Amino acid sequence: MNLLSLTAVELGKKIKAGEVATEEAVRASLAAIEAKEPQVNGFVTVDGEYALKRAAEVQKQIDDGTLTGPLAGVPVAVKDNLCTKGLLTTCSSKILHNFIPTYTAEAVRNLEKAGAVVVGKTNMDEFAMGSTTETSAYGVTRNPWNTAHVPGGSSGGSCAAVAAEEVSYALGSDTGGSIRQPSSFCGVTGIKPTYGTVSRYGLIAYGSSLDQIGPVAKDVTDCAAILEIISSHDKKDSTSIKREDTDFTAALVDDVKGMKIGIPKDYLGSGLDDEVKQAVFKAAKVLEEKGAMVEEFDLSLAEYAIPAYYVIAAAEASSNLERFDGVKYGYRAKDYEGLHDMYKKSRSQGFGAEVKRRIMLGSFVLSSGYYDAYYLKALRTKALIKQAFDKAFAKYDVILGPVAPTTAPKLGESLCDPLKMYLGDIYTVSVNLAGLPGISFPCGLDSRGLPVGLQLIGDCFQEKKIIRAAFSYEQTRPYHHSPLAEV
Amino acid sequence: MEQVEKKVDVKAGKNDISDETMEYVGILAKLELSKEEKAAAKKDMEKMLDYIDTLNELDTSGIEPMSHVFAMDNVFREDIVEDVDGGEDTLANAPERRERAFVVPKTVDQ
Amino acid sequence: MSKEYETVIGLEVHVELATKTKIFCSCSTAFGSAPNTHTCPVCTGMPGSLPVLNKKVVEYAMAVGVATNCQINQYSKFDRKNYFYPDNPQNYQISQLYLPICHDGGIEIETEMGSKTIGIHEIHMEEDAGKLVHDDWEEVSLVDYNRSGVPLIEIVSEPDMRSAEEVIAYLDKLRMIIQYLGASDCKMQEGSMRADVNLSVREKGAAEFGTRTEMKNIGSFKAIARAIEAETARQIDLLASGEKVVQETRRWNDEEGYSYAMRSKEDAQDYRYFPEPDLVPIIISDEWLQEIRDKQPELRDEKMKRYVEEFDLPKYDAKILTSVKKLADLFEETTALCGKPKKVSNWLMGETMRLLKEHEMDAEDISFSPTNLAKIIAFTEDGTINGTVAKEVFEQVFIKDIDVAKYIEEHGLKTVHDEGALRETVAKVIAENPKSVEDYRNGKEKAIGFLVGQTMKAMKGKANPGMVNKILKEML
Repeated sequence: MNLLSLTAVELGKKIKAGEVATEEAVRASLAAIEAKEPQVNGFVTVDGEYALKRAAEVQKQIDDGTLTGPLAGVPVAVKDNLCTKGLLTTCSSKILHNFIPTYTAEAVRNLEKAGAVVVGKTNMDEFAMGSTTETSAYGVTRNPWNTAHVPGGSSGGSCAAVAAEEVSYALGSDTGGSIRQPSSFCGVTGIKPTYGTVSRYGLIAYGSSLDQIGPVAKDVTDCAAILEIISSHDKKDSTSIKREDTDFTAALVDDVKGMKIGIPKDYLGSGLDDEVKQAVFKAAKVLEEKGAMVEEFDLSLAEYAIPAYYVIAAAEASSNLERFDGVKYGYRAKDYEGLHDMYKKSRSQGFGAEVKRRIMLGSFVLSSGYYDAYYLKALRTKALIKQAFDKAFAKYDVILGPVAPTTAPKLGESLCDPLKMYLGDIYTVSVNLAGLPGISFPCGLDSRGLPVGLQLIGDCFQEKKIIRAAFSYEQTRPYHHSPLAEV
Repeated sequence: MEQVEKKVDVKAGKNDISDETMEYVGILAKLELSKEEKAAAKKDMEKMLDYIDTLNELDTSGIEPMSHVFAMDNVFREDIVEDVDGGEDTLANAPERRERAFVVPKTVDQ
Repeated sequence: MSKEYETVIGLEVHVELATKTKIFCSCSTAFGSAPNTHTCPVCTGMPGSLPVLNKKVVEYAMAVGVATNCQINQYSKFDRKNYFYPDNPQNYQISQLYLPICHDGGIEIETEMGSKTIGIHEIHMEEDAGKLVHDDWEEVSLVDYNRSGVPLIEIVSEPDMRSAEEVIAYLDKLRMIIQYLGASDCKMQEGSMRADVNLSVREKGAAEFGTRTEMKNIGSFKAIARAIEAETARQIDLLASGEKVVQETRRWNDEEGYSYAMRSKEDAQDYRYFPEPDLVPIIISDEWLQEIRDKQPELRDEKMKRYVEEFDLPKYDAKILTSVKKLADLFEETTALCGKPKKVSNWLMGETMRLLKEHEMDAEDISFSPTNLAKIIAFTEDGTINGTVAKEVFEQVFIKDIDVAKYIEEHGLKTVHDEGALRETVAKVIAENPKSVEDYRNGKEKAIGFLVGQTMKAMKGKANPGMVNKILKEML
């Protein structure tokens, strides 16, 4: 039996029942990683020794009854922008090539408390800036459906590792679509929760007002179970929200009768690949047949979300990334003359091109004379976008649409035209601007055999609605394993 | 304090960023770009700004800039000492240290 | 005829608040530990760490705002100020630019020219930087983040001051208010109060301000006065010779007595402020504000008035006693114990001040307990010890806060009331000093003083001087 072809919850059940030992599951994961990494390169760091030690501890706690959760003993991979005590955390950047955190991100701590075994850290676009996982300083990650294609990004490593069945599930982070888009490209399921639901403590910030950590897994059930575990009100994160309704698995109900679903016409315009469009419509039809009320509507402002997003994200990033200066941790240039030269050389040598591009843009839009015209304008646009969603959610329970305009592009196609790459975020960034929850899950394959993802967006704190709708849809379509998963 | 002139020609519909501006932003961001990088970055930035300028089509008058999506406020900590000695953890990743301090190139003003 | 110039000064005063923990993390603010020990991921700018605001900081800032007659912004936010420097671990400082907690206040100062109100433009909260130590031998500096994240308030005055005297009066008043609130100890020499001086000169009567310079972090009141004089002279010289003042930041070198411009190409002074996304707004309800107002302690002006009315002290005493909160506290606590306000005042203004001067200490450094001073007063009053002995005992109290009763007992300092023993000594003194005795008998009243002194000396100071006088007169 291939333990990694099971969902995380299924594997957890077997471990709990004593049919599978934690060590066995972890060894299966490590073996899969060893076999598939040459093709996928989904990981920056794999620590088998640490994972096996953890497996023994976890097994003991399962045996003595202290660990009873659904994911106890299940191997997990964590995106490399989440700090893990004692385990290299690079953000896929040279500037953190040797950074070993002395603390663990709250979300990972929550997972570990529930008995998760971290086997390694997944590759990503450097500092989560990118949509292809090609900007990593540690090589590109390849799509397990077709290794000539990108896995999407920035959580490309997490999504590829799950799709290639190297681990049972993974954590990603989503600032402008970084969980949902690669989930779509890799044929897996990912949730970007409502802002404030998962603590950001220990997540190396890109755009602080937009970043959220979320689960990546094979299906909606796994994602709901993982999200239930990682959600917490954390006193260390001032933007963390106290919620009473994080029993997300309670929403795993196959019933969409009477649910009002809106499809924004704005999301169906030019630029949307026809095959993706057809898959999305087909999925909408399925939900309609199950009793949901589906209609198209004008959301408005969709085209302004990207420019507003890039101004805000770049501005925050330019400030968040100032701390990487060669003084306290990470890369310091070898030769320099004086303090400022040390800063400049360390940062210029330590950061990759895309990161530098966004830092420059962010510094520019915040500089004196431009703050009002760019930054405040973007914050005002954000307010309008939030209003547009508020209006939509007064009418609909859930918004349905594509995750990305296309399926996964070929390696090397995107980076030559950054602006075009940014346009690929058109259906995802507004969700981050408005702080909303969104889920991406597979709804078909295109003619090249690449997965197409469907996105459901909920109002703030309405994860349960999108989980219920996605779960209901999922009952009509079996999980498709990627070609690399079969290896 | 001398400030390098920043020039963006918005009227032409095309943003035209001067080399001085790129230099100035580099000083702010502590990034030193090679000639080629600078030229590429300049082109990218002009293109991005042209695109960002589409926001000007949007009438945002009377709209409050929204920095936090949710109306959260008053998240406080009580004034109680919790963390003991930061000890070795603080310095564990230091690129250069001397005993219990980080070492940097001399910072005295010229 | 030479033109007359006027100096225009505004101050930015940074005050370290007396919280136990830092502004955004639970690390201790205590002094005197090894470098980088009161540190955690938050105050050392580790990736992924996040700030959480210390409530006490907000309350201290509000209290200072109320005491300086400011408006309190009931909706207040933090912003990031971006600049690279190694003492600033994140390379941005969390501060307040757009919506500072207090604004538009002012305090009254007294100078020889009379009283005047100095406006306060705003007070904002921010985090302090770490400490840099420069190596004397190598081209390196050492960074210690123990002070990084210690809470500060920055009090920005209006450009309302016209002389060094006014500046000192303003700083003194500010210090007093903040000390009375307990919000900070405001020790300039230790850096818990620091001032940046913004100064410009203009022709007398001119409507517009001249170009100003900023002098940063000057370390004492005296240095501030010297810096103001020197900078005023420098700017007048420039203007008088037809040159222009350049708007710049200057560093005052107090030893050498001159200031120099801090110029750097790398110092763009474009801080790219934007709202801090990791912190949420502070909303101050009417109730919270009222609570702070209700808790405001009695400030100096009220105290002075009360000392005169309630304790019947001379105005002069009240002024000295309230000049340092520590002294006022001691006065009130000791008075409560012994019920003799004027005696307490005399001890504090006399012996205490003398000893402070002798030991080169500030009133804030006083460490003796009110109980011991109260005991000395009580023992003097009931005749257990005499005045000379009291002073001797007090000196010990001042230095080591010794147990008064025990000390008197152990050193046998009690006044001797045994008349027999006294008569014996007096007889001996009379026998040994025939000349003085004769002088006295010949009407030289003063001679008795010498004989009293001799008797006291023979008694090792422990006699009751009144009694000695009486017995001497009898026996003579």
